[in-house]
Amino acid sequence: MSNSAKAEAVLALHRFGMGPRPGSIAAVGSDPRGALIAELDRPLALAAADGLPNSAKAYRTVADANARRAARAKQAQQQARKQQTAATPAMSEDQIQAPTQNQEKDAAEKAAKQAADAVPDPGRPIYLQEAKLRMEAALAAEIGFAERLVWFWSNHFCISANKIQSMSGAYEREAVRAHALGRFVDLLLAAEGHPAMLFYLDNLNSMGANSIAGINRSAGLNENIAREIMELHTLGVRTGYTQDDVISFANVLTGWTLVPPGADPQHGGEFVFNPRLHEPGGQTVLGKRYEQEDDEQGRAVLRDLAAHPATATHVATKLARHFVADEPPPILIEQIAKRFRDTEGDLKQVAVAMVSSDEAWRGPPTKLKRPTEWGIGMIRATGITVIDPGRYAAGLELLGEALWRPSAPKGYPDDEASWIDGIGRRLDVANNFAERISGTVDPQVIIEDVFASEIAPEVKQAVGRAETRQQALALLFMSSDFQRR
Amino acid sequence: MGFDNHLPTRRELLVGSGALFAWSQMPRLARAEGRDPRLLVVVLRGALDGLGAVAPVGDPDWISLRGDRALVLDGKPPALPLDAFFALNPAMPNLHRLYKTGKAAIVHATATPYRERSHFDGQDVLESGFTRPGRTGSGWLNRALVALESGGRVDPRGSRALGIGSVTPLVVRGSAPVMTWVPQKLLPASEDTQSRLLDLYRHTDPKLATVLQARMKLASLGGAPGSGDPMSDDPTLMPPGIGRVRAYFAEAAGTAARYLAKADGPRVGAMGFVGWDTHIAEGAASGQLYNLLGALDGAFAAIETNMGEAWRETVVAVVTEFGRTARINGTQGTDHGTGTVAFLVGGALAGGRVIADWPGLKPAQLFEDRDLKPTTDLRAVLKGLLRDHLRVEEKVLAEAVFPGSADVKAMDGLVG
Repeated sequence: MSNSAKAEAVLALHRFGMGPRPGSIAAVGSDPRGALIAELDRPLALAAADGLPNSAKAYRTVADANARRAARAKQAQQQARKQQTAATPAMSEDQIQAPTQNQEKDAAEKAAKQAADAVPDPGRPIYLQEAKLRMEAALAAEIGFAERLVWFWSNHFCISANKIQSMSGAYEREAVRAHALGRFVDLLLAAEGHPAMLFYLDNLNSMGANSIAGINRSAGLNENIAREIMELHTLGVRTGYTQDDVISFANVLTGWTLVPPGADPQHGGEFVFNPRLHEPGGQTVLGKRYEQEDDEQGRAVLRDLAAHPATATHVATKLARHFVADEPPPILIEQIAKRFRDTEGDLKQVAVAMVSSDEAWRGPPTKLKRPTEWGIGMIRATGITVIDPGRYAAGLELLGEALWRPSAPKGYPDDEASWIDGIGRRLDVANNFAERISGTVDPQVIIEDVFASEIAPEVKQAVGRAETRQQALALLFMSSDFQRR
Repeated sequence: MGFDNHLPTRRELLVGSGALFAWSQMPRLARAEGRDPRLLVVVLRGALDGLGAVAPVGDPDWISLRGDRALVLDGKPPALPLDAFFALNPAMPNLHRLYKTGKAAIVHATATPYRERSHFDGQDVLESGFTRPGRTGSGWLNRALVALESGGRVDPRGSRALGIGSVTPLVVRGSAPVMTWVPQKLLPASEDTQSRLLDLYRHTDPKLATVLQARMKLASLGGAPGSGDPMSDDPTLMPPGIGRVRAYFAEAAGTAARYLAKADGPRVGAMGFVGWDTHIAEGAASGQLYNLLGALDGAFAAIETNMGEAWRETVVAVVTEFGRTARINGTQGTDHGTGTVAFLVGGALAGGRVIADWPGLKPAQLFEDRDLKPTTDLRAVLKGLLRDHLRVEEKVLAEAVFPGSADVKAMDGLVG
């Protein structure tokens, strides 16, 4: 391979993939665009996921454990109270110092807490298994373009494991991974109809004011999911929808909920349309009337939102910003948006349009990688393919990008200004990682073999002059060759 | 089926946090008057329900509006009376004490100029100081520093800004340099490695060099003096709990106060707390909002304690992107709204009052028949503080700090 071909392969791996790993430059070869596009034809499903519970099962498992925990706590509390009552009269009267009510209460609460804590929480192990699977898929990918697209869409349609940990990994597999290279409308329908999303955006108990349940319970609407779908998932903010559209769309989505896990051991945690919660009658959203009677009403609105031209522009802008530049070239955005419109949101074709544009390949590499992307690139360069998910999750949390835990429905930001001040933190993590691997990983091998010497001469020099191998690795991982793309 | 109360984890809190500190001699004009003022801005992200925090118990429509969710003086627990009309959420005894001694004021029915209901645009307007979202990449506090600097009132070494957390919030961003402080858990790289990396960045990536240099300078100050480490236990994915939230609020605010209190330390800072988006089971009197306000109240106590002598020259301004619906929604929460409250606390305040041009709560008096109508422009409050506490010039405030705010008069008499 010529040097310029190597340089372009490295750019392809950084900008659109998960970063170079041993052998990946040769695998990309002399046609990086073709190699990226070819990767999109491989299956995205994770074979290793077969052993993991689906989202409903994961949710039921955690709900069952919570119920057991509550029961154990109650038993222990009752037991402790009984013992106290029994103990008091046994003391002689003159030495009695009756336990105050507070002491009794404290002891009972302590017993309850201990009993509850004895029931293990299955949510965390499920989360970590899912994290390991996702991480190792990124390490195993030859280039990683398809995995990057999964990550992108997962962040676009984000939920938070702080609210719904049990389903967080399964949600990504079922809703996002399954459709990341399919049609946008199918991805949208899968994400918004997924119990994890309905839970995350507060729709489970949202009910129409004139629905059966709304009348009986004098309860009503929650606007959250309707607003975020229009603002974040489809049209984009300030694209013309009004407060009335939000309310109407929220009414449309009433009844989109899940099967309560306590009520149904077979289907608890699955999506269900509950007509008792649903606001009866037609609704007008963005000037169009929807008269459907059931959840078909919501699907009809979602299909129209997916086909709206503002959605194409919104999605194209986010894609270009994520992969290419904080301020992407308008031509590139239009090229991607056009393909989105022309193919009715065929996301594979949209991805092809992006990497086929010369605009997507221009330098210099100014994008600062997000922490997860940088971290995975660092690990890939060493050839490591198996990780400890607990350590990995803790590292991402320290770097400000905890897996599936963005602090708001907008997901993690994608611009340099949001992340650059965390560079010192990256140094701590890189230094720590370098310490652990310095016995087995040679920085010169990474530079020469993994990167085919496509590293800035200043970096090579700094690595060559380092006092220790740990220091050399830390400097290499912190160099802009690793941070930027 | 139980809903999780969505309390933020410590990391989430950290990500939502940020602090900005101008370096020592910044408010030189104020110092010429024999003062040494401190200003800390706290952003509550997610939109605080102002009516759940400070209740208009004297409004005849209050009970009918909120029903049994209304804070009342004979509630369980009882709301804390502020004056004949307003009462404070019972979770905030510290704030109540400060208010009673004239060291806290509350602005009610206030809002930025933003009138839509997107969190993210709302925070953009709140933090950028512009009238519309998406207009700039800098924050008003940073631009206030720059303005002071260009006026020659700042130490020639230049101002410095400091962020707490891994994601830098907009209010901190701008041309005044930003330094970040993140609680340490890992052992940091050696000074030698840091110097070598700085040298490498100087030759290859000047932007990264600036950031790394700022971090090294901060470390040379000795870090947060006397601070504990909020990340010292396993920072990972433990179930969120209000105890952790309380601890984090107190730790983060207390750390900021320790920096501000130092004789040669910074004088201006900003930080953020997330978690206020109470769509479900808001719980003003006993649930999630009560808990969060209690945590904020604890942060006030931590600031007061850690400021020490400097407390009497301190102003803390607590602001949020917008309020929430006046009525309770269908899931015992509130949706995105407009008018809300701002808390002002500190020894330098002329407090002991609720500042409000009360709009009323009848349907026709609500903004779009749903939100508390904003009658006080939040920029007037912030301009009043910047002018009278730090001595930022009125013209600069109207043009550079809050562009397009010439007709929004800075509020008089906030500082004692």
